Parts: sequence; C-alpha cells; structure tokens
Amino acid sequence: MLGYYLSLARRSLKRNKGLTVLMIVAIAFGVGASMTTLTVLHVLAADPIPAKSHQLYYVQLDPQPLNGYRVGDEPPYQVSRYDAEALVRAQRADRQALMTGGNAAIEPDRTDIKPFFAEGRWTSSEMFAMFDIPFLAGTSWTADDDLHAARVAVISRALAEKLFGSTAAVGRTLHVEGQQLRVIGVIADWVPHPHFYDLNTSRYGKGEQLFVPFSTSRELKLSRSGSMDCWKESGADSTALDSPCVWLQLWVELDSPDKASAYRDFLVSYSEDQLRSGRYQRPPNVRLRDVIGWLELNKVVPPDARLQTWIALGFLLVCLVNTVGLLLTKFVRRSSEIGVRRALGASKRTIFIQLLVEAGMIGLAGALLGLGLAWLGLWGVRHQPAEYAPLAHLDLPMLAATFGLAITSSVLAGLLPAWRGCQASPAIQLKSH
Amino acid sequence: MQVRPIISTLRRHKTAATLIVLEIALTCAIVCNAVFLIGDRAARIARPSGTAEDELGYITLTGIGTKADATALTAQDLAALRAIPGVRQVSSVNMVPFGNSSWNSGISLVKDDPNGVNVAQYMGRDLLETFGTRILAGRGFQPNEYLDFEAAQQGKFDHPSVIVSHALAERLFQGDEAVGKQIYFGDKPAIVVGVMANLMRPNEFGEPEHAFYSVLLPVEIPYTEGGGYLVRADPAQLDTILADAESTLNRIDPARIILHRRTLHDIRREYYAKDRAMAYLLVGVTLALLLITALGIVGLASFWVQQRTRQIGIRRALGATRGHILRYFQLENFILATAGIALGMALAYGLNLLLMAKYAVPRLPGEFLPIGALLLWILGQIAVLGPAIRASTIAPAIATRTV
Repeated sequence: MLGYYLSLARRSLKRNKGLTVLMIVAIAFGVGASMTTLTVLHVLAADPIPAKSHQLYYVQLDPQPLNGYRVGDEPPYQVSRYDAEALVRAQRADRQALMTGGNAAIEPDRTDIKPFFAEGRWTSSEMFAMFDIPFLAGTSWTADDDLHAARVAVISRALAEKLFGSTAAVGRTLHVEGQQLRVIGVIADWVPHPHFYDLNTSRYGKGEQLFVPFSTSRELKLSRSGSMDCWKESGADSTALDSPCVWLQLWVELDSPDKASAYRDFLVSYSEDQLRSGRYQRPPNVRLRDVIGWLELNKVVPPDARLQTWIALGFLLVCLVNTVGLLLTKFVRRSSEIGVRRALGASKRTIFIQLLVEAGMIGLAGALLGLGLAWLGLWGVRHQPAEYAPLAHLDLPMLAATFGLAITSSVLAGLLPAWRGCQASPAIQLKSH
Repeated sequence: MQVRPIISTLRRHKTAATLIVLEIALTCAIVCNAVFLIGDRAARIARPSGTAEDELGYITLTGIGTKADATALTAQDLAALRAIPGVRQVSSVNMVPFGNSSWNSGISLVKDDPNGVNVAQYMGRDLLETFGTRILAGRGFQPNEYLDFEAAQQGKFDHPSVIVSHALAERLFQGDEAVGKQIYFGDKPAIVVGVMANLMRPNEFGEPEHAFYSVLLPVEIPYTEGGGYLVRADPAQLDTILADAESTLNRIDPARIILHRRTLHDIRREYYAKDRAMAYLLVGVTLALLLITALGIVGLASFWVQQRTRQIGIRRALGATRGHILRYFQLENFILATAGIALGMALAYGLNLLLMAKYAVPRLPGEFLPIGALLLWILGQIAVLGPAIRASTIAPAIATRTV
C-alpha cells in the first residue's frame, strides 16, 4: 500500500513542479538556517569535561573591604594569592589546584626558529590529575616541586614538536624568559571548549602550551595574563603574597555532594577565621559552584548566538506556515480526485495517510536539501571572525536532529491540509462533475 | 469597488486566508525587529572613536626576560621612530580604542566612593596630539606635568592633572563647568584641567553610553607595560611607515618580539567583526523571509484564480471590465495584508519586549512599525500582480463552457 501511496505522491508532486519546488526550498531554508544556528549553540554550550563537570568546583571568597558591601552580593570572580595558597595547603578537598594564565618568551635551541611567545598556565601539581589531562610522555611535577619552586615544566605536544621535533622531549632543557627549565612531561592535545577553568583568557582558543609550577613562576617573575581586581593601591608588586588583589583561580575536586557541602562549611569557617584575624572585613561570603554552574554564571554562551537561533527558528516557523498554506490549497484543489477515490471505497483514514505520505516526501526532500544548506551555513560560520568559528561542525547527533526536525516539521505541516483534504465528501464532488 | 463580496469570499476560505494572514503577521513581526536590529548594529559600528583613525598605527612588542632599562629604551625607540620620514607624531601608550585590553578605574566627586563611575585611563606623553583628539575646554598637559610611570605606581601622585572626555564631564558635572573641579580616584584627588572630545575606551563596559567614559593621565609609560607605540602618519603611506617602524624597533634591540603591527582602522574592523556578521545574517534572513512570503502569496493567489475561473468568466460576461477583475484581486490582497500587518504589529511589539528582557536589545522605536507595514503592503501588491493579471485576461466565453 505504501508503495502505491509513494507513487501517487510522486505523480502529484510532478504535476505542479513550481509549487513542489517552492515547498521543498522553503522547508530546506528554514531547516538549514535553524540547524546552522543550533549547531553553533550546541558547540558553545557543550560540557567541557563531561566525566567530571559535577565533581569539580570553583571557589569564590570575599576579601574586599566592608565599604560598599550589600548582603547577597556576588563575591569576586577570582581569589587572592594569600587565600589560594592557604586553601591549597589546607588539603581539605580530594584535590585542589590554584592557577593563573601567563605568557612567556621561549628561545629555541634551533637557530632556524625565532624566539616566540607561548601561552602558559602557572599552576600547582594536582591540576593534571584533577582535570584528567592525558600525558604522552613523562609525568606532572609533585607537591614537593611546588614547595621548592622546582625549575621544571610540562609542555604540550605542539610545543614539543616545534622545539625538539618529536614528543620525546622529557629531560630536555627549555629556555624561558632567559631562564632554564627541565621538561618533565609532554601532554597530549587537551583543549576543553569552552576554556572553563579560566574564562578570562580566550574561551574557545587553542589552549596552553606551557605549564610551570606557580611557585616557580613567581620566583622567575613570569608575566601573568587575565584579569586582576584590586580594592586598594597594590604597591610595587600586585602579585605579591599579601597584595590586595584577586587574580587567581582555585579549583577543587569533591566526589560527592556531602563532601561539597562540608567543603562549603569549611570555606565559611575559613572566612570567619580571616575576619577574626582582621584580614577580612566582610562577613563570610563564599560560593562553591560546579563547572556547569560556573559557566552559567559567566554567561559563556554569547547572547548573539542565542538571538541568532531564535531568529532562525522564527524563520523556520514562517516557512512552515507557508508550506501549510500551499499544501492546503493543493489538497483542496484535488477534492474531485479524492471524491472519486472515496466513492470507490477508500476510507478517510487511507486518504489521510496518503496525503501525509505526500507531505512527508516533501519533508524528506527538504531535509536533504536543508542538510546541504546547514553544511554550507556552517562552512560560512567557520569563515566568520568569531573565536569559536573553527569548532562549528555537524556531529552525528546534530545530523540526526536535522533529519528529525525536517521530517517532523513537514509532517506537522501536512497534518492540517491532509485532514482538510480527506473531508471532501464523495457525493458533492461527484455531483459537481 | 465593493469590499463586501471580497469579505464573503474570504469567509468561505477561512483556513487558507487565516494561514496567509498569519504568515504575513509573522514576517512583519520578524522583519520589523530585524530591520531595527540591523540599524542598531550599524549605528554601533559607525560610532566615531574620537581619534584621527585613518592616520594611526599601533605596534605592540615585548622583551625577553625583564628589562632593567625600559624607560631609557622607550626614549630611544621614540626618538628613532620620530626620525622615520613621514611620521607626524609618536607616543608610547598603555592602550588604544578597540584594543580590548583596558586599564580601568573608579572615579567620583567624593573620596572613597564604592559606587564611582568606571572609566578607562589612557596614559602617555602627547597623547592628544598623537590620537588627534580635540580639546573642547580648558587645556592639554604641559610638558612639566608628566610623571614617570614608576613614580606614579609608588603613589607619588599628588594633585595631578587629569583630562576627562566630554561624555564623562556631562555625567559628573551635569552641564556645569568641569575645568578646575576636583575629582577622586579612590582616595586620590585630581584636578580636571581640560575636557577632550569623546575618546572611546578600548572595550565595552556596561551600558552603551559608558563607551566614552575615558580620562587622560599625565603619565609617561614605557612600552613594557602591556601597551605599545602609537604612530601617526599620512594615511597613504601608513602601511610602509609601520613596516619601517617595525624594522627600526628590531634594529634597536633584536631581543624583542613584535606582537602586533596594525593600523587602527584594522583594529576597529576586527573589533566590530561580530556586529557586522550579525547585521549581514539579519539582512539575509529578512530578504529570505520576504521572498518566501511573496512566493506564498503568489502560490495562494494563483490557486484562487484557477479555482474561480468560471466565476470570473461570469462576471466578465455580465459586464465587469478587466480593470474590475484586476482590482478585485489587488483589493483582496490589500485586505489580507492589512489584517496580517495589524496582527504583525502586535507580534513585533511583543517580540521586542521579549528580546529586551532576554538580550538587552533596546526598545523598538515606533517609526519602525510603519516601515514594516509599508514594506509588506508593497510586497503583497507586487506578489499578487502576476496572478491578478492572469485573472483579468480570462475570457468571458469561459462562463459558457462547463469545466
């Protein structure tokens, strides 16, 4: 039966080529635009570390002066060096790491490469285990290295290949800002998108090339990058241990909700201690958010991307209304043909299904064309200047979603016309002939 | 021309008529908002930066390791850059408009105000001359007013002079004379010696009107503090002069890395790239929507013409002219479009309220609604013209034949 419906639909679609093409193109444009923007949104809103996004927590404390404080205010988005080092030393979470972004000039041994700047991260030893960063060779440094500001570095695969021609770089010497560091590990390509652990630097960029113990970076005075907020004049060195500035990120790993609430209590009691000692002026004002909560607070998905998605969906809606209207006129126009089929014994149900098959065929064609347009649209997005542009690719779930969207929307668009079409009463249609 | 028969015909085709009205309404709502958003972005992109943009280039560089002699090296660089033929002015500056990286501070008329106005602070010698920013009131800095950056950092910042932008002066003094007044950077007082044209800050900060809250401080800054060299030259020669400048800097100290060498024009282009992309997308969607809607009208009108062939033939046989038939379909389309536009206005307004709440879009000004209405009336008339002309050419003889 279905085969017969399909051939009927094909013949009917062929009869009004212009109308058929118009309906297919309308659906294809709507689907193409929607899928392009939805894919971009899907990329932007992706969970950067799915295995651990609910076990990693971002710490916020409030060391600012009392002046200007209102209950319920959000604490600063970063922590001070004093607090970060104290909380890492306290070891009250399963794992903890403090960190900041930085830049360093690297002078290669090879004479054919000019000195260049590499993006770096100055952090403490547990970051690697905490974020499940895969190593190609060697290992991370130890807590002992943190303590003694060891002259060691972990580098990315790309940097190892650029400097030494291979990933077998462990034990080699790195010239950073005129100082020497020993390479102890090479990590595989690890670039979470968005760059959740530090949203001050490029959010969808290429990631860091160089990892150095935070203590070492301070002894060598490596430059830092990102944002810094001070609540009073910082003096000569705003990165000193006691500087009145927040500029570090502090992440902790807590593998159960109970531990998380215990850690939150610990942060409150830490703040109370600081208040008693006179370092803090404000009552305890702490936040502990997991990765997803932290990304939401920072509105990581740009509002423009959401706006574009809504515009595209609005466009799809107009295309669908357009298709409903055209299908309706088409089916009503065939009342006499339907009347004859009904008089010959076809039930309303079979007519309804037959008309739906025709709508579905338009949807399928629209889906295929829409897929092509979405692919073209994403190609266009990749040539846009946005930072996330290179990431805009159709993956399997989005491919399936494209098909689903096109077929569902065209069948939905076919429902009303098919129902109206099959209402044709056989007697009247036959009489009018 | 009678409207009654048209209405009663449309009543017999309720579903199809409703659908076309709905389509016109949705298109009207989206197009009104899209045209408004396009205008909004275009206005944003067109904002003047308050500088002689076409004449400016910016070179950022950094040393390897710490430079003990940064101030001396900066002076040497500046002298060498000034000596390049064609260079009009050079300054070492901490940041530039559209550069994104920004030095901000809170200022107020009272001491230690936690709710001060956030401003961007430009530092460097002779910046007004290099940027080409005009002084509107008061004066520029005198040569002996400039402080060394290190000294400024260590708090030796007693009663320095400050130049504020026009927008900032308006915000702080609400139309009163700004020159000679005292303001505070936290607990540090400063005297306003001049008001300059609106110099844009390096990035967005809060509300759109905050874009021009900037101050100029009389602080000489070495190139090592995250900024770079600002070069002003003849626009026609700017590219070659910047290339010269780069090789000059490399010659003075090869152990430095040039990070960027760009004209301010290019920095601006890059800064607004996302806004331009959004505006183009909206233009594309608007055109596609109008096209789809027009084709929808053509499809429906053609169908109605075909369905009413016999009826039209009878009217022609009873004495209706071709003009009557043509105008019948034109009026019918006008009625449908008007209904769609009326509904579309309400939808456009609702959509704008939604966008205002969720995406910080400004309120849709009233004049965009008639623009959208006019656009859709014209579109409807153009779309219906073809089918209506076909209808008017139906011969009266059709009426005598059975279909």
